[in-house]
Amino acid sequence: MAQIAQQETQSPALAGFARGRFSWAWVGVTPFFIFAIAFMILPAFSLVTGSFQDRQGNFTLANILGLSQPFILNAYWLSIRISLVTAICGGLFGFLLAYAVTIGGLPKFARNSLMTFSGVASNFAGVPLAFAFIATLGRVGFLTALFKTLFGLDIYSTGFNLYSFGGLSLTYMYFQFPLMVLIISPALEGLKHEWREAAENLGANSWQYWRYIALPVLLPSLLGTMILLFGNSFGAFATAYALTGGSLNLVTIVIGAQIRGDVLNNPGLGYALALGMVVVMAVSIAGYSWMQRKTERWLK
Amino acid sequence: MRKAGFWAWLWIILGAIYFLLPLIGTFMFSLRARRDTLSFAAYSSAFSDPQFIESFGFSALMAGLTIIVSLVLIVPTAYWVQLRLPRLRPVIELVTLLPFVIPAIVLVFGLIRIYSRPPLALTGNAFTTNILLIAGYTVLSMPYMYRAVDTGLRAIDIRTLTEAAQSLGAGWPTIVIHVIFPNIRTALLSGAFLTFAIVIGELVLANFLARPAFAPYLALLIQNRAYEPAALTIVSFALTWVCIGLIQILGRGRTDQDRAFTGPT
Repeated sequence: MAQIAQQETQSPALAGFARGRFSWAWVGVTPFFIFAIAFMILPAFSLVTGSFQDRQGNFTLANILGLSQPFILNAYWLSIRISLVTAICGGLFGFLLAYAVTIGGLPKFARNSLMTFSGVASNFAGVPLAFAFIATLGRVGFLTALFKTLFGLDIYSTGFNLYSFGGLSLTYMYFQFPLMVLIISPALEGLKHEWREAAENLGANSWQYWRYIALPVLLPSLLGTMILLFGNSFGAFATAYALTGGSLNLVTIVIGAQIRGDVLNNPGLGYALALGMVVVMAVSIAGYSWMQRKTERWLK
Repeated sequence: MRKAGFWAWLWIILGAIYFLLPLIGTFMFSLRARRDTLSFAAYSSAFSDPQFIESFGFSALMAGLTIIVSLVLIVPTAYWVQLRLPRLRPVIELVTLLPFVIPAIVLVFGLIRIYSRPPLALTGNAFTTNILLIAGYTVLSMPYMYRAVDTGLRAIDIRTLTEAAQSLGAGWPTIVIHVIFPNIRTALLSGAFLTFAIVIGELVLANFLARPAFAPYLALLIQNRAYEPAALTIVSFALTWVCIGLIQILGRGRTDQDRAFTGPT
């Protein structure tokens, strides 16, 4: 009680203090904004302006229109496909794992180890990840050799190739589904016991409970996280670069080549390519946060 | 809680296999540097390469500087916004999420476009390029650092602490350094470990700014050697594990959603 009284006497005074110094209060955040503008917003903005300029610096839409040439469309299409595949597969697998350790009834140690491992694996991307898969499933990898000696089977003769679309997808999954596990587990834990009991009391079976109650509640969260996974693999460069050495023309790989030396023979086109990438990322992050807000209606 | 069913076990076993196989594969691979015998030769050979020591030292130094820069930048800002400018919070949150929208490859493209020509030619020599590199790393780690700091600040009563310090005659620098920093040190440490993990593993910025960091070194090593990169892959996995493990030990009691993950690399 004394605390509340104290707070009440203090807050008007403090508010007045803050109002009196209002213009000075903004000074406190200027270093942050100067930094953000100098090293984030300005660089991004320069790519935007570059996309609308020709070599002489005049305004043009040619670069944006130039994105429709087959080579660039193919790069976007490849990036989109690999992001879709790894978002959907990684999302489903991550969901099933999260389900298994939260409401699936597995012992506590399974849950704890999965969470720790997911924290590590979702951070374990890039060059080391690519090499781990090369050492395991590459042409002379551990598993490849094991299959050969145990079953006399050369997995590369069955059409498998680590340095291809399928192989890269398999590698991306390593950081994709742990992210799903991390984000979806709290949502699964937020499903209230009462809902299941109420449904069972009304005669619902397990399928009906999932179909009409649990999944509709989880759907925004599931979709939102899959959208986040999509963005996560769409912007990835290092893993693909280290695994395929740039032979798969993802958008990020093309941008990388363009930075090294104008491979598109048009700097403006390179900037437009990067702009397109930012647009895709912005849409996916916006979609994710929109879906998360819908989720909070039920799971809070 | 129901009894675990067949499916729950199946999924977790599949998950464990998928998680562990690449690690086992890499580890087995790293032991085969000598013909017909298992040995740690690849490790000693990888560690004794002067280029490894140089690049790893460089990355560790950059990580340390990045941690300092982002702490100096983010702690006072988050503190100030919470204390005086709560209306600004959504704006700051949006800005700290921007690195998710701007992938590293696009960020470095923009940085090179702006800072490789007058009036701000920073890419001209190694020292100023390092500054640019640290700024880039700070941007990449910003979402995590900001969230860690913000969560830490929300857990303490900064208003009362500030007033208590002020009534004892403390100025702003004293308050931030001697009152706020110690009170959120677990949050700061989590942010610092995560930043360390990000910087050590980061390839894109260092590669395109042509700085001798650890990830570009490893990428080059993969093309030329077989067993040493396997050893270093195991080492970097262990490092990531240590960083994340420390964060989880520090962050016990926090919700799962606050757990760390880094963006695409």
